[in-house]
Amino acid sequence: MIRSLPSSSLYRIGYGVYVFLFFTFLLMPLVAISVLAFNDSNFISLPWNGFTLDWFFSETDERQGLFADEELIASIYTSITTGFFVAVLSTLVGTFAALLFEEEQFRLKGLFYFLALAPLVIPGVILGISILLTATAAGNHIENTFGLDVELFRPSYWLVVLGQFSFAATYVMLLVTARLKKFDRTLEEAALSLKATRLEAIWYVTIPFLRPAIIGAFVVAFILSFSNINTTIFLIGSDPTLPIDLYSRIRFSSTPILNAVSFMIVVAISGLAIINFFANRSNK
Amino acid sequence: MGEMVFSFANYIEFFTQKIYWLTFVKTAAFSIGVTMLAFLVSFPIAFYLTKVISKKNAGFLMVLLLIPLWVGELVTVYGWMVLLGDHGVINHLLITIGLIDEPINMLYTNFSMVVGLLYMSMLFMVIPVMSTLQSLDDSLIEAACDLGASKWDIYTKIIIPYSMPGITSGAIIVFMLVIGDYLAPNLLGGKNSLWFTEQIYNNFLQTFNWNEGAAFGFLLLIFSSAIIWFALKLSGQKLEKVGS
Repeated sequence: MIRSLPSSSLYRIGYGVYVFLFFTFLLMPLVAISVLAFNDSNFISLPWNGFTLDWFFSETDERQGLFADEELIASIYTSITTGFFVAVLSTLVGTFAALLFEEEQFRLKGLFYFLALAPLVIPGVILGISILLTATAAGNHIENTFGLDVELFRPSYWLVVLGQFSFAATYVMLLVTARLKKFDRTLEEAALSLKATRLEAIWYVTIPFLRPAIIGAFVVAFILSFSNINTTIFLIGSDPTLPIDLYSRIRFSSTPILNAVSFMIVVAISGLAIINFFANRSNK
Repeated sequence: MGEMVFSFANYIEFFTQKIYWLTFVKTAAFSIGVTMLAFLVSFPIAFYLTKVISKKNAGFLMVLLLIPLWVGELVTVYGWMVLLGDHGVINHLLITIGLIDEPINMLYTNFSMVVGLLYMSMLFMVIPVMSTLQSLDDSLIEAACDLGASKWDIYTKIIIPYSMPGITSGAIIVFMLVIGDYLAPNLLGGKNSLWFTEQIYNNFLQTFNWNEGAAFGFLLLIFSSAIIWFALKLSGQKLEKVGS
């Protein structure tokens, strides 16, 4: 039943079948949309009518492909830039938070750590509405007292960045903390005793050690931002991100272009995952 | 929004309107069910990946496991819509091989909703359980086996009790994810599968009754925390132990 123990063949086969079924269940939706993205049909269903790339490149009225749909391209662009800003912000703050909680002692540390972890379990919808309500209240107050209209306090691009940052930073913090726990503190002490300042010790000794985790956390933050909908939907201004755009299309007008977009996402993510897999393996 | 006054009217609305609290009770019951299902489905996989197969293959399967998570909930929910629809892939295949004559109605039912919820949350059970199982010493299992314990006894008396902290933290994450989810109930659930978060979304995005929406959001947070607190008390687990 474990590597070192033999077990009956019935048990082994049964277990193997279960694992196979589980992974079929896991990959079935992704395979289905990927395959149907190339089906030569105007409906998102079988039968298979032959292979086509229309849903990527076609520019006719009847069939508009992914690359001819300007709205879609615009929302992909919005998602990518949003993801980038979220990843930069949350990697910075998350890494600092990891260093803070791992290396420093201060009053109410437990409370602050709890607060930093809270976004892990707080449903995205609650994060979304509380950020929206806080921002609107602050915006109204500033407008009434100073007569200023600050864009950040209205549903807008930057409010989305702020909202996604609020939970992405937590994941960065956890990933960096996990690596920091393996860090040999005496290296930092050695740097300090060789007259490095605290900042130099962190910059030249700790950060290089953390680099793989920081890069990984940056990618995770980007992906979290890129796929988020629960929080984003409340904060969105005039330019929708890709998931928001796709969501309204799924509800109102489904064409196989959705499969084409989903296929691109699946390919990009799988590519990232595989690169990550081999990069990790060569490190060890 | 009118004049701002302090009032509990929005909270009272929840308790006096049957549809609101009934929706919440239904949502909570389904969430507990999906959490249990997630445990049953994920535990053998977590065990398989940590103890049964070689490290190298486990790494590869972990990547497969993470891809749906990274692809995002919207795409996978959409995938299930494509699979389960009346003219969807599964019905088409079943009719083609002659197993059924008429399409089975699967999409927009509680069944499709549960499938979607399970799919997006089960991974969050696998990962914490794996991390506790990694520290389980194989020799404990070997010893039990040498002393003639049955597989059932080994699972229920050694492996599951040992991985309890991981199961508990997995269950908390899965429960919160499911009860706070919007996409799966909204896109895969039917007219009858109203989810509590949908009330909040409707208040904010359709009827613009932000005050009531905010009250419902707060109630969701309080009630779901209370359910978790209750479950921890019932199972005798401590939150501090779970976190580590």
